Amino acid sequence: METKLRPLLPDQELVRLYQQMYLSREFEERCAEQYTKGHITGFLHLYNGQEAVAVGATAGLHQEDYILSAYREHAQAIVRGAEPRRVMAELFGKATGICKGKGGSMHLFAPALNFMGGYAIVGGQFPISVGLAFASKYRGEDRIAACFFGDGAVNQGTFHESLNWAQLWQLPVLFICENNFYGIGTEVHRSSALASIHRRTCGYDIPSEKVDGMDVIAVYKSVRHAAEKVRESGRPYFIEATTYRFRGHSMADPGKYRSLAEHELWKSRDPVPSYAGRLLAEGIATRQALDAVEARCKEVVDEAVKFAEESPWPEDGAVWEDIYV
Amino acid sequence: MSEMTYRDALNLALKEELRRDPAVVVWGEDVALYEGSFKVTRGLLAEFGEDRIRDTPISENTIIGVSVGAAMGGLRPVAELMTINFALLAMDQIINHMAKIRSMFGGQIFLPMTVRMPSGGGSQLAAQHSQSLETYFMHCPGLRVLYPSTPADAKGLLKSAIRDNNPVIFLEHELLYNSKGEVPQDPEFLVPIGKAEVKRSGEQVTIVAYARMTVLALQAAEELAKEGISCEVLDLRSLAPLDEEAIITSVKKTGRAVVVDECWRTCGLGAEIANRICEQCFDILQAPVRRVSGLDVPMPYSRQIEKLCIPRTENVVSAVRDVMSGRY
Ligand SMILES: Cc1ncc(C[n+]2csc(CCOP(=O)(O)OP(=O)(O)O)c2C)c(N)n1
Ligand SMILES: [Mg+2]
Repeated sequence: METKLRPLLPDQELVRLYQQMYLSREFEERCAEQYTKGHITGFLHLYNGQEAVAVGATAGLHQEDYILSAYREHAQAIVRGAEPRRVMAELFGKATGICKGKGGSMHLFAPALNFMGGYAIVGGQFPISVGLAFASKYRGEDRIAACFFGDGAVNQGTFHESLNWAQLWQLPVLFICENNFYGIGTEVHRSSALASIHRRTCGYDIPSEKVDGMDVIAVYKSVRHAAEKVRESGRPYFIEATTYRFRGHSMADPGKYRSLAEHELWKSRDPVPSYAGRLLAEGIATRQALDAVEARCKEVVDEAVKFAEESPWPEDGAVWEDIYV
Repeated sequence: MSEMTYRDALNLALKEELRRDPAVVVWGEDVALYEGSFKVTRGLLAEFGEDRIRDTPISENTIIGVSVGAAMGGLRPVAELMTINFALLAMDQIINHMAKIRSMFGGQIFLPMTVRMPSGGGSQLAAQHSQSLETYFMHCPGLRVLYPSTPADAKGLLKSAIRDNNPVIFLEHELLYNSKGEVPQDPEFLVPIGKAEVKRSGEQVTIVAYARMTVLALQAAEELAKEGISCEVLDLRSLAPLDEEAIITSVKKTGRAVVVDECWRTCGLGAEIANRICEQCFDILQAPVRRVSGLDVPMPYSRQIEKLCIPRTENVVSAVRDVMSGRY
């Protein structure tokens, strides 16, 4: 059952969630276009369909909390506060990129925003999240580590080792599984003996819950509640957000392993327009106001592309820089 | 003979060996239903069924460990790691188990298994997805390491790997999958393990290369021929065991050597080969052995600087000119 929006957050905040989802979607659409034009190269994994997870979750965290993710992380970085133009420049491989063009799409990083990275080795971010949580606890800081990952990542050894470790050392890690039901072409029940992912934490006695990852408000509530628990108890917590990616695994994947019917079903629950519908229905925003939000998002992304296009390439000597301090 | 791609040649090798020997099984991430990330396993599930062609969880160390166990139990597994970069998660099973079990247990058992890995850089996949780790495996006794440059070698070597009773690391270059060449159709066509091949014969300089570096070496040789420099291109094909005899024979003929590798320069494959040449050809060398290597840097994403980190044909050309001209 969908909750009423109004008592939950101020109207302005509720509209901001829409703005962030719309911006994420628009950003990804333009990435696809720029990839087709050959301006973005390498692997490009788009987030279309999953926006409610990054947006709802980020809203439920504090700005001081660490966020780590995998390679489908543009939205997580931007919603956390990374400048779209510097993310786009990174994707273009330009010197003005957020990682100077060295990381590309899969490796965004913004420590000033406590966005501690996109990692392209499946499962690489689990122990790093645990280590960050340890450092926070050790230094007496009031922050938790939120670790995002996919359904495919839960069969890596690091997943199990990190869950155990976080619980054993009592560390403030919030594990957030974005279950989009596929790891490339493999459906979750074909890779996991127990496909109900949140139940896999019982071996470590970590409390867990499942949330509708197509509903930004449901994600927000779940993450806010979980983050509070983690902060109070200093122990890990686990959320499984069920969602769907509307595109292939990456730009190279036509995604033929999913039926049209399945795709259509999820498309009908598209988190972006359905949230707009709720804002309108509750009278939180007018259509006109949302149009203005959308137009502004388009402008931001246009500017981002222009900035990326006009930015300089890295100098040749850059290959030798930033390897050692 | 018929013309086919490197990818299709590998695919044919798998099909022929699966038909020939029911003990052969193929598994890895997305190899069955999705038919492989690089489509090397296309059509296998349809022809051989799900008992033999299996998708695995994303659990690299266990993919190799299960293959080791299955090989001990009498099967002939062909495991695919989606790319060589993920072999780093499986190094325990590869180095501590797969490579050691025969010797550690006094030769009482053997592991007839193959681990295929797409490899190499050059597609703007950044630091974690562009590595050339061939020397990591060459360094470890107990492993065979193969890395073909042509479709025919790809087919013949993969078939030999699957039939071999040792654990084989079988590397495939990601940028060669679409390259074409003539491939023998004979299902008994095999390329012997441990044998390099002269891909172009010449008189003045030996260029030792492998995989995609062989393609660069051949392009360089073509260009240098116009300047009147005659290069012999030796394609290693097997990195372990190394065909030292072929290397030495060629260098004794030409008196000069350039080694081209794609990996990081420090402790790279080129260093090993250059040293073997120095030890055995010191008297006849007319110039120091030159290396053309990948740069000692984590691979940057940006195509503008990525290209500086991987050997290019022009680097091979200038290294050969250097050893010819005495500029070193
Ligand atoms: C260790 C490792 N193995 C394999 C891969 C190749 N790979 C990249 S993404 C992926 C699927 C991951 O699926 P999931 O965790 O569900 O994330 P999603 O792509 O659905 O967001 C695989 C197998 C990798 N990057 N790292
Ligand atoms: Mg997934």
